[in-house]
Amino acid sequence: MLTHLRTMWLVFLHLFHKKATIQYPEEKIRLAPRWRGRIVLTKDPDGGERCVGCYLCAAACPVDCIALQATEDEKGRRYPEFFRINFSRCIFCGYCEEACPTYAIQLIPDFEMGEYARENLVFEKEDLLIDSEGKYPGYNYYKVAGLDAGVKAKGEGEKEDPPVDIHSLLP
Amino acid sequence: MTIMQHIWIVLGVLFVLLNVAAGLIWVERRLLALWQDRLGPNRAGPLGILIVLADTLKLFFKEDWIPPFADKWVFITAPAIVVGSVLMSFVIIPFAPSVVVADLNVGLLFFLAMSSLGVYSIVLGGWASNNKYALLGALRGASQMIAYEVFMGLSLMGVVMLTGSFNMGAIVAAQKDRWFIVTQPLGFIIFFIAGIAETHRLPFDIPEAESELIAGYHAEYSGMKFGMFFIGEYLGITLISAMTVTLFFGGWLGPAFLPPLVWFIVKTVAFIGLFILLRASLPRPRYDQLMEYGWKVLLPLVLANLLITGAIALWIRK
Repeated sequence: MLTHLRTMWLVFLHLFHKKATIQYPEEKIRLAPRWRGRIVLTKDPDGGERCVGCYLCAAACPVDCIALQATEDEKGRRYPEFFRINFSRCIFCGYCEEACPTYAIQLIPDFEMGEYARENLVFEKEDLLIDSEGKYPGYNYYKVAGLDAGVKAKGEGEKEDPPVDIHSLLP
Repeated sequence: MTIMQHIWIVLGVLFVLLNVAAGLIWVERRLLALWQDRLGPNRAGPLGILIVLADTLKLFFKEDWIPPFADKWVFITAPAIVVGSVLMSFVIIPFAPSVVVADLNVGLLFFLAMSSLGVYSIVLGGWASNNKYALLGALRGASQMIAYEVFMGLSLMGVVMLTGSFNMGAIVAAQKDRWFIVTQPLGFIIFFIAGIAETHRLPFDIPEAESELIAGYHAEYSGMKFGMFFIGEYLGITLISAMTVTLFFGGWLGPAFLPPLVWFIVKTVAFIGLFILLRASLPRPRYDQLMEYGWKVLLPLVLANLLITGAIALWIRK
């Protein structure tokens, strides 16, 4: 009987405890920087698309929600002709981000993407592409790649030696 | 008192009670939430009070389904009985010196009779549903209410002995010097426990035990018929709180800086809060524990209380 009264008293004291509720639309929950939410395509510091259309993200995707078609511009730089993510299938596992060799595809801390029509959850390239470098500021794939695609000449990239003239016999 | 005054009192009491019963939906949800470190419904209207309106509208628009295997007319009557019997009990409660619907000289007996009638709604509702769980709930409800009815009445006899009257006004007046909680603490505790069992609120909600009987006797009810059971339950809480206040806590008596009606309301609201606190904190006993507790502990206790009170009352009077 006394323990019952004690229980009631302790429960009553909860009136003055801090509440666990977060009043959502007014009060937002804190999301960690690496929280896996909406998927975006980032740009390099010069404003070019980072995506090189390698299809690794589409291959890594366990629910096959990524579709793209790679193409090349006149300078030999690869980019996706279209890039489509069906967010009604996406499970936000982040495998695409892990698979991406150029840090182009990234998951950002945003989950507020409710839609009334299912078709509106299919994001095209213009919906995905953002004017930001995302989590890797200063990174430009074509500056560290050996390839000349209009960004830098061969041998002029970061930590890259000039090409060796294999026909010369001089050391 | 003129007839018009009387009619106004009846209508006023009815209006206030039905609104209180509806408002308790909000009060209970908010209080339970606060005691569970949540906030509860706070969106609709100021402090979320319009949740009552939303809930009521929802209940009205639910499909009002009568199972084809049910006994139709009994099924329909049962929810009305609980609300009717509880509302009838309110007739004898003196809310303030002259605000009472019927100042019966057998007021307390009338209350006991009416609250016993409430068991019909459970038994008929559960039986007419023609459903195993509902029938089990009804059986449990019947045995629980009959068991607890016995010493609910007996626990009040101490008060009657000290007052010398069944009239509620006289009982309140007899507490002018000293509330009956001082002279009848055991009577109060037992009456309150019996009251919880009588309204089948947690922790004694055996007849509707959600975890084992789904919803017990009202498993088949939907729409406003279910709503009537709901309102009946909240009215029952208000009734037991009001009765506790009238019988043991001096009714409308109180220091003069507040009018008597306000004192009555304040005390009643405090007991309603206690009912909700009980629900928030205590787990449900097993069915056999409930019956054992009733017959083997509370009944002897209440008889001893009656014996001692009677002896002292006789000794003082001599």
